[in-house]
This record gives sequence, structure tokens and C-alpha cells, in this order.
Amino acid sequence: MTAVLETRGLNKSFGALQVAQDIDFRLEAGARHALIGPNGAGKTTFVNLITGRLRPSSGQILLSGEDVTHLPQEARVKRGLGRTFQINQLFKGLSVLENVALAVAERDGVGGDMLRVAGARRAVAEEAYALLERLRIADDALKPVRELPYGRQRLVEIAIALGLNPKVLLLDEPAAGVPSTESAIILELIEELPPDIAVLIIEHDMDLVFRFARRITVLVQGAVLVEGTPGEIAADARVREVYLGERGHV
Amino acid sequence: MILSGKSSLKNAPAVEALVRRHRLRPIELLPWAIAVAAYFLFPGYLALGSQIFIMVLFALSLDLILGYAGIITLGHAAFFGVGAYTAGILAVQGWHEPISGLIAAGIVAAIVGLVSGLVILRTHGLTLLMLTLAIVFMLNEAANKAGFITGGADGLQGIAIDPIFGTFRFDMFSRTAYWYALAVLFLGWAFVRLLVHSPFGRSLTGIRENVARMHAIGTPVRRRLVTAYTISAGLAGVAGGLLAQTTEFVALNVISFELSGAVLIMLIFGGVGRLYGAFIGAPVYMIAEDELAKADPVYWLFWIGLILILIVMFARGGILGLIDQALHQIRRRRK
Amino acid sequence: MDAVIAAIVSILFHGTAYAMILYIVSVGLSVTMGLMGFANLAHGVFAMAGGYVTVTLMNDYGVPFALSLLVACLVVGLASIVIERVLYARLYAASELEQVLFTIGLIFMAIAAAKFVWGPFAQRFAMPEALQGQIELGTRSFPAYRAFLIVVSIAIILGLWLGIERTNLGARIRAAVDNRRMAQSLGINTGRLFTLTFALGSALAALGGGLGAEILAINPTYAIEHLVYFLIVVSVGGLGSVRGPFVAALLIGIGDTACKYLVPEIGAFFIYAATMALLLWRPAGLFGRA
Repeated sequence: MTAVLETRGLNKSFGALQVAQDIDFRLEAGARHALIGPNGAGKTTFVNLITGRLRPSSGQILLSGEDVTHLPQEARVKRGLGRTFQINQLFKGLSVLENVALAVAERDGVGGDMLRVAGARRAVAEEAYALLERLRIADDALKPVRELPYGRQRLVEIAIALGLNPKVLLLDEPAAGVPSTESAIILELIEELPPDIAVLIIEHDMDLVFRFARRITVLVQGAVLVEGTPGEIAADARVREVYLGERGHV
Repeated sequence: MILSGKSSLKNAPAVEALVRRHRLRPIELLPWAIAVAAYFLFPGYLALGSQIFIMVLFALSLDLILGYAGIITLGHAAFFGVGAYTAGILAVQGWHEPISGLIAAGIVAAIVGLVSGLVILRTHGLTLLMLTLAIVFMLNEAANKAGFITGGADGLQGIAIDPIFGTFRFDMFSRTAYWYALAVLFLGWAFVRLLVHSPFGRSLTGIRENVARMHAIGTPVRRRLVTAYTISAGLAGVAGGLLAQTTEFVALNVISFELSGAVLIMLIFGGVGRLYGAFIGAPVYMIAEDELAKADPVYWLFWIGLILILIVMFARGGILGLIDQALHQIRRRRK
Repeated sequence: MDAVIAAIVSILFHGTAYAMILYIVSVGLSVTMGLMGFANLAHGVFAMAGGYVTVTLMNDYGVPFALSLLVACLVVGLASIVIERVLYARLYAASELEQVLFTIGLIFMAIAAAKFVWGPFAQRFAMPEALQGQIELGTRSFPAYRAFLIVVSIAIILGLWLGIERTNLGARIRAAVDNRRMAQSLGINTGRLFTLTFALGSALAALGGGLGAEILAINPTYAIEHLVYFLIVVSVGGLGSVRGPFVAALLIGIGDTACKYLVPEIGAFFIYAATMALLLWRPAGLFGRA
């Protein structure tokens, strides 16, 4: 069965500093996969390589079997890749609704339309609004994003990624720094994600990881240390060693 | 639509607000009412009036790329000048029909915009800014050196334009010029307005607000920017063509840093990215210049520089921004 | 053949003199741009001011050349400290558009002030007697002033490079250009560093303006006329780099001189085209970081 996302021998160095070492990785449809590792292990770098924000030094990236290694970011998004950023990347001056509507419009392929197609615009707005309702931020729909507290901004970040209807969803520390009300919404949402989407979460919160993940990859200094089921990872001595000084979330 | 469906609340107010945002509001007719009234109230100033319309169109074209797409350029006069020279040269070479000449001006300027945009929009920041400046200087040099066709430093003279539609002759009181420029401005405004409210226009705003996010939602960013840049250049070219046709002269400084700076200042005065900043800033600047600069150009330059600095320090949104703040204060007091 | 060699030597000589001035004026811009991320288009104003002060002292007060240059540097350097503290510092966090507009405003005010005080025409540069005439080097003779310019510039540049590499201040500047936040967490007072760097950069620009008054004429529109070239030197050299703009200045200076000499019809054109090509190949400049 073709994996929806695969990397083969992915390498990235900045001069003498190697931030990704020979990473082989597979994500099947419907996967619930967590990527963990100490700070600076290269987890976000890995995601940036997959999405195309960074060019690899060598190696391949495949989406549903297609080699996308040299394709720009937007082409990968069109092939079903969606991500959230570790630090919110939102359109701070625009309304919450518009933030999500932009993503939906791009997905629908109408993002570049110069002549208003009134029906399509309503459809886009309604779908964006429905997403806001699911994330319980519909009340803030017309507020500029910058007026929202951090936790609710994070929900907007996730709404944007969901608005793309991705086949592969990359969540970079989705609940980090988020107050409990919002993080509960996020956790609930992750659990309710459609079964055919492949989800990769970068997380430090071990409770979340063990609750959500069916497979876990441990990344240390840019290389895969071990990969396996939660049970296997929990029992692995090397993993415990790596985390000995890093209990919980720093 | 696996993650969402139609909202349970069919006509959610937020959705309505977003979908209706583009509807014409009565106050938007004000500039046109003023323009028509001015024709009857200031019959001796029609030449200035048509110049103002031209500069409004020019500033509008700049707003599209600067205010909406967020690309800072000091080279927009290049496209204005290319349009002016195109329309002027066509007339000098024997093609006197105005409307086709104007369209040609727009197309040639758009092509220059497309080519230069493809090249320079790979860069950003100071490098991009510098390249826009380089293009102005390059084209100025080219116009200067190609004197046999552009008239060089003396300017392009002998531009004779046929009556519009064969009936409306360009008269020496600038009556025809006034309505011609106003009509073209109206069409240009309608087009830009349509554009900024379209998904394309909103995506430009998205690119300005957070380009990383736009990449991550699958927007072909560079393609959008080059398209916007090309359209903006074409509009600037039309404005330039209008200038050539209504004044029947093209000076070399039509492609200059000074003109790029002037149109930038007009836009800042009025308010960037608001569509109507051009409508406020250009007239204010042009009228002030008409009154003050002729007397003492050094004086004028000094005060323009100072006002620019003051705006940046204290009134970043320009006049529209100040109006916004005032309205905000009034609303707060009412509550 | 002899004529060809003579032409090449002449181009190299004059091009290098031009390049030296471009570099001395522009290096301050490169460092402050890399340090503060501030697009200071008005940098040329400080060079112009240095030129005006130098020339005025020499022409109107008979002050010797060297002293005039020194005074120009001091005056412009001190004035720039005031301007930086009062105006520039408020805009470090502002958007790029605001910074650009602010510097354009400064340029306009400077042009107006210069026209008002000194009139619209270029200032006469009364070359000091010792530097007039030609000097003989082998079989050729070169303008003495330009030879002097090249020698003095090299001395200044070496001094600058030593200063950046060897002194404490230089180290702090390099650290802050490289990583501002890290430098702050190391206890480097970045606010004061900015002011000092800005002052040094402006003083250097003033020096370049005064020294180069024979090549880049001092007139009210100096800051705009040469703005593109200063920006090209910095962009091509790489923002924040000290060595990069030197190479860029040489390329631009010699290239421009060559083009204007060999193909005067399209002379200036070529430099712009070459710049664009180079930046497309290396968007961060020759020595910049992406």
C-alpha cells in the first residue's frame, strides 16, 4: 500500500550543522503518528522539509507516491498537505472568518478569481463559518485576529489548516501554551478527525502523545532514534535516557 | 467537505457581513459628485482638474501594489512614463486616435511591468526596493538617450490628438480633457474596486499580512504578485497616456524618482490600502503644489519632506486614518 | 595594442578611484542595514553633508583640506547622533514602508536645505595645490589627486577592517549583526551600539563625500543621484557585510567606468542590467546570508 507521505534518506545541513540525518519515514492513510524528541532535535525542521519551506540537502519526499522533493510549497498543499505552525502564522489584521475563508478559497481553486463569482463566495464563507462553529470560535468571526487571546488564536490556526481538507495534516505543537479550555477543544478535535486523514503531531506533552498516537517516532539530533507503538517506545531504554533530564514540557 | 458542512445557521450575520462587504455604499458616490460639481463651480481650473484625475488614477494603481499587495516600490513612475511615451510617440508618428492610443499605452506599460515583475519579484526587502529604483533610472536613461524618438531632455512635442469618437475636440479650456480623464478614472476605479473585493484582491491582502501563511495554504504567491504588478503597471501606463494626450507634451521627468516619490506621498497623505486614499491624497497634494510650489519650489520640497516625516511619526494611516480615529472617538463617546 | 593597454590601465585607475569613494560612503549603510534592519535611503545625505562642510571650509574659510575633512566627519558624526536618537530610533520597530517614507522625507528636506543655503549648482572643489597636476608612474601619467585618493582610501579601509576585526567595538558590532537577540542576552547594549555604529557610518560617509568631491560632485541632489549606486553596492555586496561591498564597489566602479568609456551610448544601462542579473543569481548578494 502506498504511503500518503514518505521520506527517503532525507538530509539537511547548514554548513557543518546537520539538522536532518538520513530520515526514512512513512505515514499511511488514517495514521495517528506522533513525533517526539528533545528540544532542538529537528522536529520542526523535518516538518519544514516536508512542506517545502526548506530545501533538503539530499533525499526524497513523496506524497501518495509522487516525488514532490523539488516542488514548491503551494504545489504540495494542492496535493493534500496541510500544516499548523509552532508559532501562529495568522493574518492578524483580518477577521477570524476571513482568515479561514482565505484557506477555503485557495482549496476550492477560486483564490485567484478576479471577477466575483457571488455564489462561490457565499459557499466559501459558509464553509469557513461552519469550521469556526466546530472550533467554537464562531462568536469571534468578525473580530480581527489580533484582538483574540493566544489560545483562541491557536484555534484559528488549526481552523485554517482544517479548511484545506488535507489528506496529510501536520500539527506542530498544537496545544503548546494554550489554556485548558482551548486545549480541551483541540484535543477533542484531534480525536474527532476523520479516520482517512493521516495526522502527524509534534508534541512535548506525553499525556497527549500516548492518548492520541498509534505510532511514535523519536527524533534526536536530526536522526530517527527509534520508531514504534506507544508501548514499545515507553519501554525503550534509550528513549528514557534521552528524556531523563527532560520530564514533561520544558 | 469532510470536516465541515453547511452551517446550521443559514444566514449567520458574520457570513452576511463578509459576502456583502463589496456592496456600494452611498458615500462612495461622493468623489464623483464633487468632480461633476467642480466642472460647473471652477470653470477656470479644468486643466488642473484633469491633471488631478490623472494623478488619482496613478496613485490608485500604486495603491493596488503597495497598499494591497504590500510591495514597496519607488519605481512606479517608470510605468507611468512608458505609458506617456507610448501614447505620445504613437501620436507623433501619425496615429492620432485617442482611445486606441490610450489602450496601447496601457498594454505596453503592462508588458514592461510583466517583464520587470518576473525579474525583480524574486527578491524582497531592500534589494527589491533598490531594483525598482534601478528600473526607473534605467528607463530614464533610455528615454534620454533615445532622443530621436522621445525628444530626449527637451521632451516629446507635437502630440496632436483627434477628437474623441470623432466629435469631442480637445479644446483649450480643457473641457474635453476634463471629461475624458474623469471617464477613464471612473473605469479604472470601477476595475480596481472590483479587483480588491475579489478573491484575488483578498489574497493580495493575505500576502501582505503573512506571506508564510499564504504559501502554507497553497497560494501561488509569486504568480499573484506578478499579476498584480502587471495590472498595476498597465493602469499607471493608462494614466501616463492620459497625461500625454491631454497636455500634448511628455517631459523626461515623467520617468523619475521624484515622480515616484510624489505619487507615493500622495497615497500616504490619503491613506494606503484604503482604495480612497488616492482620491484624497492626490487632490490635496496637487492643489497645494499648484498654490505653493510655483512661488518657491525649495520651500515646497522642504515642507513636503517635513510633512512626510510627521505623517510617519504621528498619522500613519494618512487622512483616512485620522478620520477613522475621529469616528472611533465619536462612537465611543456615544456609548 | 599600446592604446588598448593604455585604455585598460586608465579604466582600472579611474574605476578604482570611483570604487573607493563608493565603498567608503556605502560601507556605513551596509553595516547599519545589517545591524538595525533599517533601510536608510537617506544615507547619501550624510555623505552630501560631509562634502558641503568640507568644500565650504576650504572655499570660504581657507581651511586646509585634511582639517576640513576632519571637521566634516566630526560635525556630521555628531549631528547624526542627534538625528538617530531623536528620529531614527523611534522607527526601528516600524514597518519597512514607514522607514522608507521617513528617509525620503529626510532626503527632501536635505535637498531643500542644501538648495537654500548653497544654491542649486555644484560646489567648486578647490583642489589643494600639493595634489594638483599629474604624477608619473613608469611611462604613464595619472591625475595626482586620484592617485592620492586611492592610497588614502586603502589606508582608511584597512583601518576600518582592522577596527572591525580587532577591537572590542568591532566584535560587538559583528555579533549584533549576526544575531541581535543573542547579542542582547550577552549584555551588549544594542541601543547604544546602534547609535555608535550609526554615527561611525555617517562619519565615514561624510569622509567619503568630502574626499570624493572631485568625482561625485557636491550638489543638492547628491543624495538622490547616487542613491541607486550606494544601494547597488550594498545589495550586491551583501547587507551587513563589511568586505562584500568592497568587492561590489570595485565591480561597479570599474564596470561603470569601463562601460561609460567603451560604449557611452548605453553606458549606465549596463550596470543596472548587470546588477539585476547578479542579484537573480545571488539574491542575498555576493557575501550576504540568505
